[in-house]
Amino acid sequence: MKKLDIFKKGLFIENPIFVLLLGLCSALAITTSLTNAIGMGMAVTCVLIMSNVIISLLRNIIPNEIRIPVFIVVIATLVKCVQMLMNAYTPALYESLGVFIPLIVVNCIILGRAESFASKNGIVDSLLDALGMGLGYTFAVLVISFFRELIGTGGLSLYNPFDASQVIFDVKIFADYAVSLFTQPAGAFMTLGCILAFVQFLKIKKEKKAKKLKEAEVK
Amino acid sequence: MELVSLFIGLTFVNNVVLSKFYAICPLLGVSKKPKNALNMGYAVTFVIFVSSIVTWLIYNCILVPLKIEYLDLITFILVIASLVQFVEMFLKKTSPEIYKSMGVYLPLITTNCAVLGVALDNISAGYNLIEAAVAGLAVSIGFTIVIYIFATIRERLDIANVPESFKGTPIALITAGIMACAIAGIAGLV
Repeated sequence: MKKLDIFKKGLFIENPIFVLLLGLCSALAITTSLTNAIGMGMAVTCVLIMSNVIISLLRNIIPNEIRIPVFIVVIATLVKCVQMLMNAYTPALYESLGVFIPLIVVNCIILGRAESFASKNGIVDSLLDALGMGLGYTFAVLVISFFRELIGTGGLSLYNPFDASQVIFDVKIFADYAVSLFTQPAGAFMTLGCILAFVQFLKIKKEKKAKKLKEAEVK
Repeated sequence: MELVSLFIGLTFVNNVVLSKFYAICPLLGVSKKPKNALNMGYAVTFVIFVSSIVTWLIYNCILVPLKIEYLDLITFILVIASLVQFVEMFLKKTSPEIYKSMGVYLPLITTNCAVLGVALDNISAGYNLIEAAVAGLAVSIGFTIVIYIFATIRERLDIANVPESFKGTPIALITAGIMACAIAGIAGLV
């Protein structure tokens, strides 16, 4: 049960983007389409899993004073591997994600999990934590890109990440009424702002409910 | 003349924060007080300016001749991390006050996307050394301007009557969105 909790907390309760507000740069930049969001989600999850496992394995060898540089070198190596693999196997995605693949190195989620979880916990726990956080990130960017693509282009489309010519689905719902602002940077900020407000709204509601329950118990 | 248009283009038109989403974390984190924001801007300006020159030299004088370009990420991040360490030590010695007020965000300059992003952009755009230095300076001045303006707006936002759900980060992000609209308005300038 405890293992399941480690995995689950990254998905919702401690979602890296909606709750912890980590790694917002890439989450805002690449959420123009569902395809990009899935590609970036996969890349971040891969790097996160590998870095958490490696750092968890090395946690007793790394001297405490220089742990951050060691973490960053491990992460940079992994990101470079993922970048080269994506260049080889998903060229279209590599092209459209551009500089944001190498910038995974400075994504706060990865260094943050290495520092606060993997350097203190065992391999299995770290693996589960990375899986949960990675899927939480993927879920969050998918939600943002869903709204941005739907409002910005008036439809939704998804291409096979490994073969850009293969269309999984491509629907246009209200193409004539698309608000192209939402595919632009300004729209990204506003979409995320509204989603965060919704998350905060849920949190406030939950707190009020808990308060009421407590008062009822006292009575 | 080209250098001037490159400078203006990167400072305002293609402002890295509002059009490329670099450096959102410090934008949201350090922008509570204008003074802190300005200090952050100075520190980042120094790091970006020096790192864009050093990384350009390392890439073109060491990595390319040895044909080990694939080591770019690792060398760049080490250069940036040591520069940030240097700034941290310098500030700790000379002005402990600034050092204290910036807190955890000072070492976090290492993971500021703008620093690594500019270094990588300089390489992929094929700039020469002077252009790379100008680009570094332009980007960091653009960052400083945006973070300062943003901090002054947020100071006003604190006393504004914002709906409960929008308090804090959500309204800050919406403000950033409106600022991005304003920046998009001068897109045709260069």
